[in-house]
Amino acid sequence: MTNNILVLLDVSADGSLAPSSHELLGAAESLGTPVALLVGYSEHRNALAQAAADAGATKVLLADGDDGAYVVPVVDALAAAFELTKPDAVLAAHSDLSKEAVARLAVRVGCAVNVDAVNVTRDSEGVVAHHSAYGGAYTVASSATFGAPVITVRQGSIEARAGKQPLASEALTVASSNRKSATISSVTIADAPTTSRPELRGAKKVVSGGRGLGSAEKFELVEELADALGAAVGASRAAVDAGFVPQSFQVGQTGVQVSPNLYIALGISGAIQHKAGMQTSQTIIAINKDETAPIFEIADYGIVGDVFIVVPQLIAALKR
Amino acid sequence: MKIVVLVKEVPDTWGERLLDLETGLADRVSSERVIDEIVERGLEFAISFAEQNDGTEVIALSMASEEATGTLRKALAMGADRGVLIVDEALHGADITLTAQVLAAALEHIGFDLIVSGDQSTDGAGGVVPSAVAELLDIPQLPRLATVDLNEKEVTGAHVTDRITLSLSAPLPAMMSVSERFAEPRFPNFKGIMAAKKKPFEVLGIAELGKDISVLDRPRSIMTEIAGKPPRESGVKVIADENSGRDLAEFLKKNQLI
Repeated sequence: MTNNILVLLDVSADGSLAPSSHELLGAAESLGTPVALLVGYSEHRNALAQAAADAGATKVLLADGDDGAYVVPVVDALAAAFELTKPDAVLAAHSDLSKEAVARLAVRVGCAVNVDAVNVTRDSEGVVAHHSAYGGAYTVASSATFGAPVITVRQGSIEARAGKQPLASEALTVASSNRKSATISSVTIADAPTTSRPELRGAKKVVSGGRGLGSAEKFELVEELADALGAAVGASRAAVDAGFVPQSFQVGQTGVQVSPNLYIALGISGAIQHKAGMQTSQTIIAINKDETAPIFEIADYGIVGDVFIVVPQLIAALKR
Repeated sequence: MKIVVLVKEVPDTWGERLLDLETGLADRVSSERVIDEIVERGLEFAISFAEQNDGTEVIALSMASEEATGTLRKALAMGADRGVLIVDEALHGADITLTAQVLAAALEHIGFDLIVSGDQSTDGAGGVVPSAVAELLDIPQLPRLATVDLNEKEVTGAHVTDRITLSLSAPLPAMMSVSERFAEPRFPNFKGIMAAKKKPFEVLGIAELGKDISVLDRPRSIMTEIAGKPPRESGVKVIADENSGRDLAEFLKKNQLI
């Protein structure tokens, strides 16, 4: 037992350390000694390593990436870091690239994989991953039959934060596996959103709109309330299917799953599909014309009424 | 060209979904089982390519229980040419790495030029089995494509995440997954449903895949605890009047939500 917890860190589109890093390192510190791995981003390397140490990494391993090859270079770096640190567990964000990279690592080096954990703990047998299944209807714990588990952590689910560490970084020598990868021929990064609105995934407050909003133009009401509260904007599948907002706004089983402190559902009936994406929210507010809407069954505060009358009242009261 | 589509059977997301609190496994009796909708988009891509390119065979592959025959038949009714279902007692409650090993073995057994999957299922929502399969087979993977171009030699596509779009390409054989941004699937018509009854359908166990796969030789993920959360209870429900907005603002303030 080395007590090392190997943490694969994500980098945001703007080259800064991804927000998930803080919770991953916080979780790792509760299990053992956090050792971070950063792959690529050589132009931001010093700043990233410093940010990782500030977020609690006792050591930061720096590996070269390959901008032209998809995911395999990250897996190769993980395999080298795994060999070097002999960790008790590997943690990564349940983000698109990282979850793929660590799943590949698991089959390559022979580890068990537990995905989309909302918490991690340690008992006498090893590291345990805790999950929220079927949109929070069940809680499940899982662990590896033997060996170090590879665990991906749902973004925005862990409160623990690690203390700041002095910077100790080290270049990691990576032997290429020569495994076949897809070639990245171009990268397009969309402009950062012009609003200061928080991102839906991991947001502390969410205001969502449903088919009850009636049209894409009228959906602006949802955005107005969100901005008044500093909340992220979401939508039900019905609103997405009706074309009011893009699919990236969708909260539900086949969209983003959120667990904010405050969730306000406007004109949303509350189909099981939608509830599965938001029912673990701390406080749920629902405003809907239809008093039989199932959303009221899970709402802490429900208002039976027209969103176009109640919401402007609320915005006015908030501004006062 | 041989295209294998990985088909996952899931409980319908529009119905109540239950887990068995004794075994921790999905309760198949109480939930309606359907093809995962993201897989249907993958099938749509493979079938429309086959319609436009003679000599293309589309095979629907699933690892599930015997009862999944019905859902796999739907893939045939949509237009897949044949179905292969892997059923084995030893796979009951299989985790990610075991599932990936079995699918990789089945894919080698069937043979393929392109493997198509959904990006993530609606039940487990892990989205990592295809990557693990690609790693085991040592083939390039193009995940979460919003658009795709396929020819006899190569597959290319746009991999779209929140703000970043990557143009990916790889020579065949390769693996790709489709995202929800992908084209809507077709509904099987009566002709398709009738034709599906005559299409070849194989049920295989692990032993018939020609690979020595043991559940015990590698570390596996096991469920150690499961609990159902008590259903959420509703709080106050009021009929809107001219003070509703003000009252709600008060409620938010009182509960330190703003």
